[in-house]
Amino acid sequence: MSAMHGTLVIVERAVDGVSRHSLEVIAYAQALGDPVRVLFPGIPDQAAADLLRAMQVEALLTCAELELCDAYDDDVYVEAIVACIAALNPRHVLLPHSYTARDRAPRLAARLRVSLVSDCIAIEHDAQGYSYIRQLFQGRTLARVRVAGEGPVVVTLQAGIGRAESVARGGAAPVTACVIEPLARTARAVAEAPFRESARNVDLTRARILVAVGRGIKSAENIALARRLADLLGAELAASRAVCDEGWLPIERQVGSSGQTVAPALYIALGISGAVQHLVGMKGADTIVAINKDASAPIFDVADYGIVGDLFEVVPALIQALENP
Amino acid sequence: MKIAVCIKQVASTNGPLQLDVGAGWLREADTTFEINAADSHALEAGLAIRDRLGGEVLVVSLGPDRVTAVLRDALAKGADRAIHVVQDDAHKLDPARVAEALAEVLRDEGRDLILCGLQSDDVGHGQTGALLAECLGWPLVGIVAALEVETPQKVRARRELEAGWSQWVELPPPCVLTIQSGINKPRYAGMKGMLAAKKKPISRVEPQLAGGMRNQQVIEQIYFPHRHKQTRLIEGAPADAAAQLVALLNLRGMQ
Ligand SMILES: Cc1cc2nc3c(=O)[nH]c(=O)nc-3n(C[C@H](O)[C@H](O)[C@H](O)COP(=O)(O)OP(=O)(O)OC[C@H]3O[C@@H](n4cnc5c(N)ncnc54)[C@H](O)[C@@H]3O)c2cc1C
Repeated sequence: MSAMHGTLVIVERAVDGVSRHSLEVIAYAQALGDPVRVLFPGIPDQAAADLLRAMQVEALLTCAELELCDAYDDDVYVEAIVACIAALNPRHVLLPHSYTARDRAPRLAARLRVSLVSDCIAIEHDAQGYSYIRQLFQGRTLARVRVAGEGPVVVTLQAGIGRAESVARGGAAPVTACVIEPLARTARAVAEAPFRESARNVDLTRARILVAVGRGIKSAENIALARRLADLLGAELAASRAVCDEGWLPIERQVGSSGQTVAPALYIALGISGAVQHLVGMKGADTIVAINKDASAPIFDVADYGIVGDLFEVVPALIQALENP
Repeated sequence: MKIAVCIKQVASTNGPLQLDVGAGWLREADTTFEINAADSHALEAGLAIRDRLGGEVLVVSLGPDRVTAVLRDALAKGADRAIHVVQDDAHKLDPARVAEALAEVLRDEGRDLILCGLQSDDVGHGQTGALLAECLGWPLVGIVAALEVETPQKVRARRELEAGWSQWVELPPPCVLTIQSGINKPRYAGMKGMLAAKKKPISRVEPQLAGGMRNQQVIEQIYFPHRHKQTRLIEGAPADAAAQLVALLNLRGMQ
């Protein structure tokens, strides 16, 4: 077998070919410096193949065995990918830390008997070799992780790690088929078609100002306080998952990876800690204001203005200031 | 239905973290611990199925002595028995080692269903449930946001996808599910439950790591994130800070 070589990016399919998060991972992989190969789990259509081949990568690999694989047939997916990786022998296997990869990547690593470093925000290299940076305590601290052992390291990368637009292009990568043994199709889990919960009545993406509440609001009754502020500003109410889970606001107001992605002129976050799944949904706002009693809350990483304090004191004061200039 | 729920005790997310940066972990003596949020939803899901279909809920937790607190609380909420996999410095273990240890304990328990939270709020690997399924050779559905178990022979789970999408998946027991927060409202332990819990067994076992696999991932260092954005912090009493913010952003002009 040839020596361990380069970075293998396993992209994820999307309705329009390749997921955006996958492109971010390719951009990140290019910046790492090792030669990059891209594995498409199936046979890409012409548009997707053209897109991927034009990126500066060493090769575009396809796998016909995966083309027939149902969208959520993890058993077949995992086995086929394991067979491809064994033949390619990369140093790093990178995947987007997507919802689907959360299920698949651990099983992939387990079958390869190698480590998976999940949800990384950076890969660094120094005299001692590679290290992997991940968040602990929901982003309140970072950890540098080293990996011992033989074989490739599987890494899933957090959304937002690279810019899909910054992928180096101008390549004309050869397309190579990974030919693997046919797999028994004995899917144990049978998936139905994906669907989206009931039609949304509020389109938060159109709001110019959003007043967003998090668990710090503490109860359904207290939502009235945030609503008062929102009304005064002509803003819509938005929420973190914690608030929607509690049923304090309907799920259609949830911002984040499972909810809506918004980019208003102004986003005022009240008692929201700033977990990454929330941040990906709102960090594109022009101006972000955070009001939180914990100065170490990661929401302050993305805030332009911050007030470290009790929202039950600050919000009434804001209302007061707006009502009585 | 014979159910197992894997629960982890983590630092409370309410309140500032007490970190020992040099040691690369929490100052445990100054930290309050509680059940991991997603795991409390997994526990509730397991209890609800058992209440409807009958059977047994076994709770398992890996960690130092303090984790008996979350096991005791789970028993008070109605779990039938508990296994404590005794492991100091559990945060230093790879998720693969944790999954192996849990699999070792659960393999001969004849479970139909194993429920885990989808990730922990401390180290957040989000791997344990999936690796446990792999160790046992069972099918898995992850990020389960709704669950239908009408008979012990069939599990229907709605897995969450990005941006408000989801998908129903049907699978035969035995299987592993990782549970998303918000799937249910976890119950509280009542007085009666707490008294009953005192009589329920918690068995202690030492982890058996199959094949003597070594830990491969090591946290070399923890540190605080470098802030990319210059946040302008507004100080002063609430009324003061509020007036400054209104002026800075010209909020009145937005009304
Ligand atoms: C697969 C997956 C998908 C997810 N999708 C989403 C998503 O789409 N959207 C989303 O938001 N989350 C999502 N999450 C959940 C996310 O990880 C966090 O758990 C969630 O965002 C936390 O919500 P929160 O900030 O309101 O609550 P917490 O994290 O509990 O934070 C509450 C904050 O309020 C502050 N606070 C408390 N009291 C006060 C007070 N009196 N005054 C001021 N501040 C106060 C605290 O300091 C704390 O920072 C997802 C998680 C997973 C694993």
